Amino acid sequence: MEPVSTGAYVIVSAILFTIGVLGVLIRRNAILMFMSVELMLNAANLALVAFAREYAQVEGHVLTFFVMTIAAAEVAVGLALIVAIFQSRETINVDELSDLKQ
Amino acid sequence: MEGLFNLAPLVILAPAVGLLINLFIGGRLRERSVGWIASIAAGTSFVFAAVLSFGLARSPAGGAVYVTDWVKLPLAGVDIAWDLRVDTLSVTMMLAVAGVGTLIHVYAIGYMHGDAGFRRFFVYLNLFLVAMLTLVSGNNYLVLFVGWELVGLCSFLLIGFWLHKPERDPETGEIAGYKNTAAAKKAFIVNRVGDFGFLLAILLIFWTFGTLTYGPPVAAHGEEDGAHGGAATLAAQEAEVASEDGLCVPHGEGVFEMAEAFMAAGCDVKLGSSRVPIGAMITLITLLMILGVTGKSAQIPLFVWLPDAMAGPTPVSALIHAATMVTAGVYMVTRSNVLYELARGVSVLPFGLTSPGVLTIIGALTAFMAGTVALAQWDIKRVLAFSTVSQLGFMVAAVGLGGYIAGMFHLVTHAFFKALLFLSAGSVIHGVEHGHHHAHDAPEGPEEKTFGYRHGVLDPQDMRNMGGLRQKMPATFWVYLIGALALAGIVPFAGFWSKDEILLDAYSRGDATGWFALILLMTAAAFTAFYMGRQVFMIFFGAPRTQAAAHAQESPPIMTRPLVVLAFFSAVAGFLNWPGTHSFGHWLQESVAYAHIADFNLALALLATLLALLAIFFAALLYYWRPALRADGADRLGGLGRLWRFLNRKWYWDEFYELIAVQPFNGIGRFLAGRLDGDFLHDWFHDTLIWRSFDRAAAFLGAFDLKIIDGAVNGLGWLAAQAARYLRRVQTGYVRQYALGVLVGAIVLLFILVLPLLIANSG
Amino acid sequence: MSVGTVIFLVVAAVAILAAIGMLLSENAIHSALFLILNLACVAFFYQMLNAPFMAMVQITVYAGAIMVLFLFVIMLLGAERLRTPHGRFAWQVPVAFVLAVVFVVTVVVAVLGGGLRDMPPPPAMTEVEAAAYGGPEQIGEALFTRYVLPFEMVAVLLLASMIGAVVLSREEGFSISRGERLQRARGRRDALSLHHRRQEDLETEDVAGDLTPTR
Repeated sequence: MEPVSTGAYVIVSAILFTIGVLGVLIRRNAILMFMSVELMLNAANLALVAFAREYAQVEGHVLTFFVMTIAAAEVAVGLALIVAIFQSRETINVDELSDLKQ
Repeated sequence: MEGLFNLAPLVILAPAVGLLINLFIGGRLRERSVGWIASIAAGTSFVFAAVLSFGLARSPAGGAVYVTDWVKLPLAGVDIAWDLRVDTLSVTMMLAVAGVGTLIHVYAIGYMHGDAGFRRFFVYLNLFLVAMLTLVSGNNYLVLFVGWELVGLCSFLLIGFWLHKPERDPETGEIAGYKNTAAAKKAFIVNRVGDFGFLLAILLIFWTFGTLTYGPPVAAHGEEDGAHGGAATLAAQEAEVASEDGLCVPHGEGVFEMAEAFMAAGCDVKLGSSRVPIGAMITLITLLMILGVTGKSAQIPLFVWLPDAMAGPTPVSALIHAATMVTAGVYMVTRSNVLYELARGVSVLPFGLTSPGVLTIIGALTAFMAGTVALAQWDIKRVLAFSTVSQLGFMVAAVGLGGYIAGMFHLVTHAFFKALLFLSAGSVIHGVEHGHHHAHDAPEGPEEKTFGYRHGVLDPQDMRNMGGLRQKMPATFWVYLIGALALAGIVPFAGFWSKDEILLDAYSRGDATGWFALILLMTAAAFTAFYMGRQVFMIFFGAPRTQAAAHAQESPPIMTRPLVVLAFFSAVAGFLNWPGTHSFGHWLQESVAYAHIADFNLALALLATLLALLAIFFAALLYYWRPALRADGADRLGGLGRLWRFLNRKWYWDEFYELIAVQPFNGIGRFLAGRLDGDFLHDWFHDTLIWRSFDRAAAFLGAFDLKIIDGAVNGLGWLAAQAARYLRRVQTGYVRQYALGVLVGAIVLLFILVLPLLIANSG
Repeated sequence: MSVGTVIFLVVAAVAILAAIGMLLSENAIHSALFLILNLACVAFFYQMLNAPFMAMVQITVYAGAIMVLFLFVIMLLGAERLRTPHGRFAWQVPVAFVLAVVFVVTVVVAVLGGGLRDMPPPPAMTEVEAAAYGGPEQIGEALFTRYVLPFEMVAVLLLASMIGAVVLSREEGFSISRGERLQRARGRRDALSLHHRRQEDLETEDVAGDLTPTR
């Protein structure tokens, strides 16, 4: 099986990342924004693994592993935050949350 | 017996110990203890001086006692030690100073009783003894000068002893000034002029001779013994004293022997770029010394401080301003007799004068002038003060005439009888003051004619307030009489012998200066007899002129007993130099090279005595057989009119100095303070130039600061506030907008990263 | 066009479509499911890229753990259907699209116009190499030798996030009652309005609006 070039993977990765960015920018649902962030991380991971194969080194894999771990931790805390915010504000619409202004 | 000389430091040490004891623990002692400690210290000093005189009787040449090194500069060849000179001259002075001093100490215990500054007074008195004994015992001019300045300091301290005592204006009763402090300042400042001259003389001596040590007296037995003892040796020395170019080369130990050798060699002294002959140099030195003498020994023109110095306590007047300190000038000239006798042969001054001649003229004029002034004074102490000036004129004229023995003899006798007179006057004042208090306890009495009253305060020193004290104060009267007779020069009291010797010296001098001095001194002697007669008659005879005089009391024994001792010496001191034996003269000849012994001249003595008796007769005519004061309260001599005022105002000396010295000085002071410091420095320089410029600069800078600096800072603040006002809208708090911002940033970064890549590949 | 390329293109299309589906779904549950599909595609890519271990981790961690967590929270909050009224920032949608296009174009240009275009595909590995590369053995060796310190740090991070999640999710984690919390919010609002009234340029109603609960 002929290997696909790294450039193709990077382009796919870029497209997926852009869709993630759009998700963050367009959607107002906090959970969906979170899922978009996960998508962006995945896109980055894809590029990392592609480059790891390009250079036949395992470091890209290790880095991806760490990213996944941190994503897991982030999701755990982030979802807990969303739950907490929902409990106090009765909403997860980020456009109704502007406490950062203070 | 020369081992006895080693006791010499104890003469100075004894009063020093006394003063230290009183200074440190005197505050815890009773008044009487303080007084006796000081008196015993003075007495101990006298005892040691007497022991020294016994030593001198065996080995009359005397010696020097090394005490300590002092000024020592090996590279400059300066080595001045503190040596004590024990010879007949210094021991004579020690005996007089310590002896009279002891009696006055004892007297002062009574006189100063109850004074707040009792301890201070005795500390000062002991300090004075230390200073005076240092002065007379030093073996070089520097120690002499230190003593000279120290006695000046003591004089200052003691004249101003009652420094808080105000002098009240007779009309308003307000405080017009402080007589004591003013007198103290006057004494100190006037003496400064004289001390300046003396200091210059000392510097010139050091310049010329390279040393300040006196050295042995050279012309061993004066002119009468014929040739100078060591004339041959001097000739032999001639070669070595002068270098090739005729400059004097210091070679010997003492000033005097070198002076003789230099004069013999006739060498020159380099002074700056010029060469001064040694004779002119010695004349200059002696003239500068004369300036010192006129200051310390109260001669024309610097005598003006002494009458004012009587503001001090009477024991001080007696000890310092009559008996001892003021004679320092006479002592100094006697000590330097070699220089004066050498200068006598040098005539570089106009009118053929020599420096001893100048000294003679000054002394004679002073004696005459002060004698006339004393005729017209009312203050008992002021009469005595001018009498002192007059007698000092006698002594100075005597040493100027070369009569060193006569001068020193008169110094000693005068020390006795003038101390006696001052102390007796103190006793009189004391008595009148007590009488005044007593009279006020008994208010009834006749209307008083009080001339010395000032704003209800009796002046106890004014002779017009006295009269008839003979019955009230008999002891004081008798001792006063003895003192007055001694001063007047009546046989056989001390003053007769010494004064006669001075007149004889003037007579035997034979030149114009001698005749000039003889006439003036003769007149002055007659005046002396007159004013002393006037004083005795005004004080002790007639009727009491005030209640105070009527109630006067005799002073306590502690005051009268020293008077008796002094009276005894005043009566017999003349026998020290009894004509024929001349023991005092021979004694002094051991240390005074040019001392000569004058024979008694009966004609001159008779003339002087006749004049004195005549003067006393006139005094009795005016003040004894008639009431001492005229009906209008004026003096019997008041008929002299202008002349009387001239004398009463002391020849207008004070006014003269006021005009030529004090007013210009005050003018300069006013100019410096008012114009220079006030107007120029303060008003113009400080206020106008500095202060106002500073103000203007400050105003400008203040505006600059407010408008420009503060403006810039405030402007920045305003800018930041404005920027924040708009920029805060960006900060919405909505996460999505932040995310958009992040994306924009990321894209920009991406462009920055990718752009070079594209550029590189497009080429 | 090789078989590999075809497979790649198909999977890539699925992945991108799944992502778009996630982006556009109204229902959050659907979004989550699309995302799972996308993650699976990425896992497939990993397999194609000789990273079998990473592919397995991708499936287990993402699809198995993280996405389950998402679904669980969506269902817990009942947020699967979110009303999306016209948002406050309607202008942001076109801006976002423009920026996204710019971004993609830039990356594509960078890839095609940069060094990646002419780079030949890496040489195919031998059987042995391919078997060893990216396997658990190799990854494990790297993790537990060269990267043991970051590994342990990540472990601690996970523990910390776990504790944080527990604390945040507990009602008592705030240690104050709901009523008190509301009171505090009101007090804060008063303080804020006082503060803002002094600054006249700031509309007080804006502040109040911000703090007013939606319902």
